[in-house]
Amino acid sequence: MVSLLDIIGPVMVGPSSSHTAGACRLGLLARNLVGGTPERARIELHGSFARTGEGHGTDKAIAGGLMGFRPDDERLRDALEIAEREGLDYVFEKASLGDEAHPNTTRITLERGDRKAVMTGASLGAGRILVTEINGYNVEVSGSYHTIVLIAEDVKGSIAAIATILAEHEINIANLRLTRKERGGDAFMVIEVDDMPGEGVRDEIRALPWVRWAFRLDKVSA
Amino acid sequence: MYRSLADAIRDAEQKGISLARLALDTEAKDQGRPVEEIRAALRRALEVMRGAVERGMTGDLFSASGLVGGDAAKLRTGPAGPLAGTPFRDVLARALAVQEVNAAMGVIVAAPTAGGAGVLPAVLTGLAQARGLPDDAVIDALAVAGLIGAVVAERASLSGAEGGCQAETGAAAAMAAGAATEMLGGSPAQVGHATALALQGTLGLVCDPLGGLVELPCVFRNATGSAIALTGIELALAGVEFKIPVDEVIDVMGEIGASMDVRYRETAGGGLAATPTGRRLARERLVQIKKR
Repeated sequence: MVSLLDIIGPVMVGPSSSHTAGACRLGLLARNLVGGTPERARIELHGSFARTGEGHGTDKAIAGGLMGFRPDDERLRDALEIAEREGLDYVFEKASLGDEAHPNTTRITLERGDRKAVMTGASLGAGRILVTEINGYNVEVSGSYHTIVLIAEDVKGSIAAIATILAEHEINIANLRLTRKERGGDAFMVIEVDDMPGEGVRDEIRALPWVRWAFRLDKVSA
Repeated sequence: MYRSLADAIRDAEQKGISLARLALDTEAKDQGRPVEEIRAALRRALEVMRGAVERGMTGDLFSASGLVGGDAAKLRTGPAGPLAGTPFRDVLARALAVQEVNAAMGVIVAAPTAGGAGVLPAVLTGLAQARGLPDDAVIDALAVAGLIGAVVAERASLSGAEGGCQAETGAAAAMAAGAATEMLGGSPAQVGHATALALQGTLGLVCDPLGGLVELPCVFRNATGSAIALTGIELALAGVEFKIPVDEVIDVMGEIGASMDVRYRETAGGGLAATPTGRRLARERLVQIKKR
């Protein structure tokens, strides 16, 4: 359903909802994977992102997103200078991420302390985004919800255990997707929730013996 | 939100309420949020729109490529034309101002998109100022614009890559025309005619920006789009009726967009982008992401 506020909005730094606002949101989501502003970032730009990215400020928008700037933050314009001051060591590269990739796709490789992450995502237009891969797993994360992503051993009752933790914290599940590469192999769970899960929720999920890792991705869309 | 403007106009008439009221009530119900919260979000949008108009008038803003900037100020300080001293000239200046801010990575409201973001603030704030209307009237108008845009999104498209510039500045002109018509005292039916009159004037308009950047001709398309919106408003308030129903005009905009060659849908493969000068400017000015 189209919302009136989707049409009159978002408030954003120009010039392009796909190449600037959407790119910023991809940076914001990626930042979550290492728990804050990364120390090193390699940002590969594919298709239209590579061709018109600098003119659209795509590089500034992604770097700004990695530092936690939102799409309406005027600091985006100076994000590359700010990144250099703040010690975010970034490199942009043009890349071909395959014929199947959406024209506005980026692959972002991050390091922060001993944490590393790789995320591939696309800006679909009108500021909407879709993350398609995290650390080698195929996912679908839109950033329209607060999201918990986790890798778990494929054990019985895993969904029930996670749902119980969320219910105890009065967090309502909007969408839940479970994928696994093979029976008995690792399961990848993407849980989109209506209410912001605290660090405590994530830590409880991480403490489950069969959970390999879990991330909390904050909502990045209005 | 509504999928048909005819339905919305009929409901507003039956209930004896404005389209703004209908749009706000419908949005509140759809989203499970109080009307006041939605009005507050629109108020913030209006503040950002006003800020962009002001910022863009100073004449010192230029895009990274240098292809656009500094023109809004010329309408404030440059020589007079036949529209000097009229709200019309002021609206054109405001449209350029917002779009120059957008091209220079300033803050705007994407309404309906960043590329068409100049039309709605130009027409609504320009006419509200000329008539001395309060902010609440402009916020109501933004709700009507949102209703019209939502119908266009459902029935056609709001993306230049999908439907050409008619889906961006054309849709913006249609939204502004309908919204301002109610703001200036027009009936729901007149809002429908104003919307249709504006949209018919942009049917077939291609999206052909140099180098694929939201700069040239986008900045100027926002000015001409505003002029078309003003035409729709003036005609509808004078009692002119457009004989093709507005929903059908929106549908045909979608059809034309879908059948438009890909060269004319934001790919820089045709139109002004593919002229000899367009290609040369893109080559010279279009900076590429550099390795660092």
